[in-house]
Amino acid sequence: MTDTAATEALAPQSGVGGLVDDWSADKQTYHVPWGKAMMWIFLVSDTFIFTCFLTSYMNVRWTTAEPWPYASEIFALSFGGDPIPLILIAIMTFILITSSGTMALAVNFGYRRDRKKTAILMAITAAFGASFVGMQAFEWTKLIVEEGIRPWGNPFGAPQFGSVFFMITGFHGLHVSAGVIYLLIVANKVRKGDYEKKGYEIVEIAGLYWHFVDLVWVFIFAFFYLW
Amino acid sequence: MSAEAGQQHPLGIYYKVWILLFVLSAFSYATDFLEEGVFRWFLILLFMMLKAGFIVAIFMHAFWERMALVFTILGPPIALLFLIGFLGVEGQYTWDTRVEYRGHDPNAQPLSVADVHGGGHEEEAH
Repeated sequence: MTDTAATEALAPQSGVGGLVDDWSADKQTYHVPWGKAMMWIFLVSDTFIFTCFLTSYMNVRWTTAEPWPYASEIFALSFGGDPIPLILIAIMTFILITSSGTMALAVNFGYRRDRKKTAILMAITAAFGASFVGMQAFEWTKLIVEEGIRPWGNPFGAPQFGSVFFMITGFHGLHVSAGVIYLLIVANKVRKGDYEKKGYEIVEIAGLYWHFVDLVWVFIFAFFYLW
Repeated sequence: MSAEAGQQHPLGIYYKVWILLFVLSAFSYATDFLEEGVFRWFLILLFMMLKAGFIVAIFMHAFWERMALVFTILGPPIALLFLIGFLGVEGQYTWDTRVEYRGHDPNAQPLSVADVHGGGHEEEAH
């Protein structure tokens, strides 16, 4: 009897049965390191914050009878010739995807205990993140200085365009900036070997945050830039 | 819990999903060149959901997590769909009243960049 219980504890069943077991076992529900569970719960709460922003944006667009400015034109960029619509935003999207890929590899090498590769890949991820923030700063500058867009108005149409844009992309940019600092701190600790005893879940946890930042951008890209 | 109990998978799946995300992003960007309409919105939402799904499932390992954690992550956001639905209905109603009773022009067009700034791109008439 005891033997069976011990075996089951080692290999808990998966699927719906496992769901019931995990919740009814009178012990910890989530079989992951607590830091990972907490990061996930933080990310769920962050999902609510970003959804509130995006939903209020949707509401603003549907209530505003004033015409919404053409995002595709405003975010166009010219490289000498005709302006290419949304090109900077597309480049920023690819940069975030690339950084997500390098982060996923960092997590993998972390579990393989390849400290050097993990630290380098995390530093590369942070560098991509920093370049994303740099491009965003360029984008904001262009919008404020050249296009005259302000949080309270703009020359093209509905004044809410500016407030929504600066709030949503600003909050996302803040997440990216915080992520860059977070990644660099963890990368440095990986390099120094601080996690040799504790294990490398911390890299996966940092990775969760970073992928989430990429995830939010997917929705911002679809709803703010493509709408 | 041992230190090595985390998510560990062959590298190949990351490379494949990485490439897939690039392709989906390219498609997503390409929708900007399509004409406004239901089909364009279908594609925008399709590529968005596919990208989000692959990021959460593979990069964030939700696909391999135990169901108790997966439901904790994906369950609460369902409430958000109601928020979106309600605010959508309310928003449409507000717009209707503004057009109906406050005399807003339902067909007003925004000014284009060329209208506002003139200069270099005057030849691109809209």
